Amino acid sequence: MSEERNEEEIRVGVFVCHCGSNIGGVIDCKKLAEEVRNFPDVAYTEDNLYTCSENGLAAIKKAVEEHKLNRVVVASCTPRTHEPLFRECISEAGLNPYLFNFVNIRDQCTWVHMKHPEEAYDKAKDLIKMGAAKAVKLEPLDMIMVNINPAALVIGGGVAGMSAALSLSRQGFKTYIVEKEDKLGGRLNSLHKLFPYDIEATEFVGKIINNVKNAQNLEVITSSRVINIEGFIGNYEVEIDQNGNIRKLEVGAIIVAVGSSLLNPQGLFGYDGIKRITQYELEPKLKNKDLKAKEVVMIQCAGSRNDERPYCSSVCCMTALKNALTIKELNPDIHVTILFRDLYTPGTSYEEYYRKAREQGVLFVKYDEDRMPNVEENQVKVFNEYIGDEMIIAYDLLVLSTPLVANSDNKDLAQLLKVPLEANGFFLEAHVKLRPNDFATDGVYIGGSAKWPVDITETISQGYAAASRASTILSHETIEVEGATSILPEYNKSLCTGCEVCIKVCPYNAIKKNENDEIEIIQALCKGCGLCAATCTNKALVIRHFTDDQILSEIYAYGGE
Amino acid sequence: MRMEENRVSFEPKLLGFLCNWCSYAGADLAGVSRIQYPPNMRVIRVMCSGRVDPEFVIQALELGIDGVYVMGCHIGDCHYLDGNYEAIRKFDMTKKFLSFVGLDNRIRLDWVSASEGVRFGEVVSKFVEDIKALGPSPLSGDTPDQELLEKVKAIREAVSSNRMRALVGRQRKITEEENVYGEKVPEEEFDVLMDQAIKEEYDRHRILLALEKDSKSVKDLGIELNLDPSIVLEHTLTLKSRSQVDFQKIIGNTPIFMRI
Repeated sequence: MSEERNEEEIRVGVFVCHCGSNIGGVIDCKKLAEEVRNFPDVAYTEDNLYTCSENGLAAIKKAVEEHKLNRVVVASCTPRTHEPLFRECISEAGLNPYLFNFVNIRDQCTWVHMKHPEEAYDKAKDLIKMGAAKAVKLEPLDMIMVNINPAALVIGGGVAGMSAALSLSRQGFKTYIVEKEDKLGGRLNSLHKLFPYDIEATEFVGKIINNVKNAQNLEVITSSRVINIEGFIGNYEVEIDQNGNIRKLEVGAIIVAVGSSLLNPQGLFGYDGIKRITQYELEPKLKNKDLKAKEVVMIQCAGSRNDERPYCSSVCCMTALKNALTIKELNPDIHVTILFRDLYTPGTSYEEYYRKAREQGVLFVKYDEDRMPNVEENQVKVFNEYIGDEMIIAYDLLVLSTPLVANSDNKDLAQLLKVPLEANGFFLEAHVKLRPNDFATDGVYIGGSAKWPVDITETISQGYAAASRASTILSHETIEVEGATSILPEYNKSLCTGCEVCIKVCPYNAIKKNENDEIEIIQALCKGCGLCAATCTNKALVIRHFTDDQILSEIYAYGGE
Repeated sequence: MRMEENRVSFEPKLLGFLCNWCSYAGADLAGVSRIQYPPNMRVIRVMCSGRVDPEFVIQALELGIDGVYVMGCHIGDCHYLDGNYEAIRKFDMTKKFLSFVGLDNRIRLDWVSASEGVRFGEVVSKFVEDIKALGPSPLSGDTPDQELLEKVKAIREAVSSNRMRALVGRQRKITEEENVYGEKVPEEEFDVLMDQAIKEEYDRHRILLALEKDSKSVKDLGIELNLDPSIVLEHTLTLKSRSQVDFQKIIGNTPIFMRI
């Protein structure tokens, strides 16, 4: 079959799109289409007003049939938006979708060289020449079908994890929650009230835990950690260590909902855990109503928004307001002063909370990062930005609003999952706006404070979001994954020296040595980056659709052989 | 006269390798934003900047292209986690090789994110400007510098050699992680090793190319390549042990080597 293919005459069809006046208004597309007809192996060319329109697509199909084209090049906008459309089009015309090549002469040519139409024309011509040269070398590829195991693993049994797990189990997917502590609930177990509606934290989380316990298809595994993860989208094998007992789970998708940790406040503003404590240590005092202080001073951004931790922990402003109001409720005579750098109370209900705190007599003093409050035994000296002078505020309880920080074991989990962390050690999503609850690794999703500190409302939303992203996979019996992957072709096997450099550079653990001691690439894991092929010491590996041969043919087409 | 005119009107012929996820998207955004920049660069899309084989860069220069730009995602933003770190390793090696022949300032590595349309226009404009200031590549035009061309060919073969690819491929592993003995090779120490390997492989591949045309003695090779005969001898023996050259004949006491 493949030999037959090699002998087949290559016939490239090139379709030059005017894109209305976007391209056609700058360069002469008709002339261009005629001129590129002379490039090697180009059998047919035409220009279209809009190649992506119904007429344009019909023209491609017609030309493929009439002119026996077996490679199609469209010179128009960008593959990032329109490649799927044209691939589908040539697929309908009976060609393998990978025999299509895109040439970008709009976004990267006519739009950026409007004042130089002649040069833009030459550039478009070069780009088409290069694109056609690559097209000649293109090979048909198959999409890879992967079976999906309709089960999910949620790592972390806090609010984010429980929300995600409840959502998935209610959709009928077998779901496991793996929780490191001996009980569910996470951070909420140690909190008093939740802003902005003063809900009792334990009562709130208790309801959710109850739902989890009563849910069908949902199994909770506490006091356990994930120790190994293998496999790929739809087919993960996960090893769990529960108090020394090893258990294996098979799931199709994984949700990371490990939350965050508390900052160790040692060394911050004279912290001693007695007279100078954190907001988290204040919570149980408020819960048990054993607050003896008369003069409470809170310091915001204690340990955050500085060089070491440049991020905003996002929950501390509201936590301080909540606790200040709770103190006022316990005893309106207690003075509460909040020293802040900037106060973030976004949205309608949070801002109202702030107003309420002011009405109750909570004092707000703005300080600057360059002149940090100076904490002494019984008083705080702070330079008040508004009055432009130093204030001395007496305290008998100092409360530090410390940030949530990334878990120290995030790195281990990230390595197991092959997903990235950002600079502060939190998990990094695939795209902050477009794919906020995905990882770049297919089949692994994220929600809650594991990504950055978020409040309960946001945590629940993200838990649901991660679950819904996971269900887009789990609801299928099989899915198609990218076919442009790396392989060690049969004809190159003798070139492989077994040096294993490819195994080391692969970001996805997609390469292993099989039982015959041969390099094998797990196709469903490979993302087609091509690192392995570019690094392979003997050039034995081939990255399909971006082969050395294909890229060199583009270079030759431009540089001249 | 013609030379001067050439210099004034010189429009460099540039090639850019853009990663699909960041810099190609950034280039598209430059278009959407109608950022105008000089039309000198042609683009080859690759999925990751780490995919850019050093051979591609050298091959482009060998064909007379005046400058090659490799662009990827910013460090930490790589779509493939850390492909751009691999790109740095490959690029640094390529640049070191090219410094032997003074072409190192004709290649550039940079990071452009998908949201940096304006910046894409800026860095391309700057590259065009800088290459214009350098003038046409000595390998461009109808009469490329033949001696230089031979050297660049040697570099192309050297970057493709097993040794260089193995060193570059293992570099991060060696310098960033501990080996089984708990040792970590400091970056500086590795650099010394790398620089030495680069120099050796450059000379060895020049010897191989010289022997491709016809067989020669060590002395003749030394004269042709302007290398110390003792170094040539050492390299030739290494190449022999790698089965890349062999004795063709012995004239008097002088062995004549040939490329296999």
